[in-house]
Amino acid sequence: MNRFRKEFRLSGSGGQGLIVAGIILAKAASNEGYKVTQTQSFGPEARGGSSRTDVVISNNEIYFPEAQSFDYLIALTQEACDKYLFDLKEDGLLLIDSNYVKNLSMTVNNIVEVDFSDITIEKLGTALPMNIVTLSCIVKLSNLISEKALERAIKEIMKPSIHEINIKAMKLGFELSEQAKMMQ
Amino acid sequence: MTKKEEKMNVPTEKNEPHTQLLQGNEAVALGALAAGVNFFGGYPITPSTEVAEYLSEELPKVGGKYIMLEDEIAGMCSVIGASLAGAKAMTATSGPGFSLMQEAIGYAKQAEVPCVVVNVMRSGPSTGLPTKPSQGDIQQARWGSHGDAPAIVLYPHTVREAFDLTVRAFNLSEKYRTCVTLLLDEVLGHMREAVVLPDPSTLRIINRLKPSVPPEWYKHYEENQKYPTPLASYGEGYRFHVTGLAHDSLGFPTNKSSEVAVMMNRLKKKIIHNIRDLVQIETFKMDNAKIAVFAAGICARSAKSAVNQARFDGIPVGLLRPLTIWPFPDDAAKKMLRDVDVVIVPELNEGQMCREIERLKMDPKSKLISLTKVDGEIITPAEILRVIREVN
Amino acid sequence: MATIPQKIIHRYLRRNKKFPHVWCMGCTNGIVLGSLIRAIAELELQKDNVTLVSGIGCSSRMPVYVDFNTCHTLHGRPIPFATGIKLFKPEQNVIVITGDGDATAIGGNHFIHACRRNIDMTILVMNNNIYGMTGGQSSPTTPLNGISVTTPHGSIDPVFDICKLAIGAGATFVARATAFHTIETSKIIRDAVIHKGTSVVEIMSTCHVSYGKLNKKGGPAEMLRFLKDNSITIAEAEKLEPEKKEGKIIRGIFHKVEQPEYCERYQALCDSLQKDEKPEAASPKKEEAKK
Repeated sequence: MNRFRKEFRLSGSGGQGLIVAGIILAKAASNEGYKVTQTQSFGPEARGGSSRTDVVISNNEIYFPEAQSFDYLIALTQEACDKYLFDLKEDGLLLIDSNYVKNLSMTVNNIVEVDFSDITIEKLGTALPMNIVTLSCIVKLSNLISEKALERAIKEIMKPSIHEINIKAMKLGFELSEQAKMMQ
Repeated sequence: MTKKEEKMNVPTEKNEPHTQLLQGNEAVALGALAAGVNFFGGYPITPSTEVAEYLSEELPKVGGKYIMLEDEIAGMCSVIGASLAGAKAMTATSGPGFSLMQEAIGYAKQAEVPCVVVNVMRSGPSTGLPTKPSQGDIQQARWGSHGDAPAIVLYPHTVREAFDLTVRAFNLSEKYRTCVTLLLDEVLGHMREAVVLPDPSTLRIINRLKPSVPPEWYKHYEENQKYPTPLASYGEGYRFHVTGLAHDSLGFPTNKSSEVAVMMNRLKKKIIHNIRDLVQIETFKMDNAKIAVFAAGICARSAKSAVNQARFDGIPVGLLRPLTIWPFPDDAAKKMLRDVDVVIVPELNEGQMCREIERLKMDPKSKLISLTKVDGEIITPAEILRVIREVN
Repeated sequence: MATIPQKIIHRYLRRNKKFPHVWCMGCTNGIVLGSLIRAIAELELQKDNVTLVSGIGCSSRMPVYVDFNTCHTLHGRPIPFATGIKLFKPEQNVIVITGDGDATAIGGNHFIHACRRNIDMTILVMNNNIYGMTGGQSSPTTPLNGISVTTPHGSIDPVFDICKLAIGAGATFVARATAFHTIETSKIIRDAVIHKGTSVVEIMSTCHVSYGKLNKKGGPAEMLRFLKDNSITIAEAEKLEPEKKEGKIIRGIFHKVEQPEYCERYQALCDSLQKDEKPEAASPKKEEAKK
């Protein structure tokens, strides 16, 4: 089997649930039998402030645990996008929320630009599971992790009382990824 | 099945040894439980709090004691008290709390009370950067408390190793009757990694040796070269005295230089006569290396990545990594200095570990490069690789 | 008491510890130790089940001479050491011996939190109004205008009322005694040890070599006489007008209430958790991200 190392960075502001999304992604990768590390960086605030989490997935020993040149970047604020875009690989995929990220400081080959927050509120009645919508979208596009493994990880990490809404969010994410594929 | 059993890979029909996603701090808590911790006293502080959080949930379920004190000083003191009463006791903290605990840590070493202190290091000085990594407590872990106290300090670099070295920290503390420190990088404390934990029944656990002599013969500070040395607990018939003052073999205060010398010697001998048992190192691609990287904790992970890449490019470079940082692996470091032309020491401080290599460097021609970073970010493989290429 | 008091005391002294003790001639620490031993003897506590924990200072040297589990800790820290011992071995009778400086200056934080927690231990605060061992520096109980080597012009610091402090912090048994009234002190200590919860006894003692000398209070006998003449019981104090109570040491039990004790609460928590823990059902996950 070819060696691979895929790097994800999920970035935005505190309270958007990105770190939970990162943990779910790491759990899903672990469920698939990959080596995985998940690291995070956050300020002192519980809500607001910048927040990011890195997930590195490999079929080999992972030495350096943080993402340095991303294969996948989720940016949910303009600030995060400005800060991390330059470290996206040339063939890397950028996923942004078009409501929050208006300007790109460089040209990007692969981009998914969707108003995730609006669609999440419209379809699910709350903006809370937007982290799962965006995560599921990028997981689907990455082709690394099966739908089943992701669903299992969501159920393992999250409280039972919010399983239903987040599974719906996951399915919504998958649908949006299909649309994104067609756009490309 | 309890959460602990489920996580600890207790083999049951349903629960095959399995890969799980575990945080570094969580692995420390699980390692402590595997080693038999039954007392935690502490005070919350980022980035170590998850250790306390986990144990506050688990200890009451298994009859262990968890208490949150009014500050880190009290936390450390309660740990020593509990240990004297027979507990396997620990606390977990970070930089500012570690500073506050130093006096009591010195007491535990002077009075020879087994206990474990986990310090998940964060950026300093002072309050510094609470959520950012640093390796700034390497020298504090050795010399933080006043006086010449022995120091056993372990330093993991993966989540699995955090589990293993926590178990080892308890074992060494019981065996040598002293306070053992486990240093962790903030990155590792908060990092999640896919790991498989060992079956707890396969772990070697050292428990406290109880005295076999009747109470009237018992000298808890008797000159003894054998480890573990027996230690009674309060309430078991051995009504002994413990003090932080210089003391004789019965623990009573003494000013006699002959008795003080014996006591100080015993503290020293614990370490220098047992270097082989205490020091653990890892060598990584050191065969025929002309350049060596000497790194611990998270910097060793960056170094491994850099060494791999450099070896791929044909550069003869390797890594020497201490798992026991105190006592310092003098012999291994001296051998490294003899074998290679250049040593690079990357660390997240202003050169605290490099000082030790400097101390051991005999050949003026061999080159020592200190690569330091204190801005709250970790040293990347690219930064180490750049230095490797420059010196090649 | 049927046995001669001296004989009782000898039963509890450590034979392997070489006397003489460290205290100055005329010091009242030994008298208070006598009161403590008589209280323990009267309660017929097993020596193995008594743990004495002390801090740093003259009074804190007490444990080394007696045949119990003894721990001479750090300056200001006997209470957290004792908390660890008591929580891990609740069957131990834990008695903390501390001084005014040890308990209310450097160890003030631990003192109030022990009171708040109501963990079952007896805290004997030996108040001699000064740091005696180190040569007579001022403490939080050195009286206003009192002379010490660090307040040569008289102290300008207001003092702590240790009993009020303990009551305010939540101690469930608070009393004051003196080194002169040995029998009464013994009884108060006995009641404090029996009491379930944090009990604080402030014991007014004397230091003629530093406080007494610096403030011209006379020798050991004069200082003991001062305790005798200037202290009144709570009942006597109630009859006096406020201005006449000024400067008097009031003795007796000020506060005694029954509150749930910390170790018992902890045990109840353990019991409830162990009952809930069903062997088959996996406990809920708690892996959501912290922060």
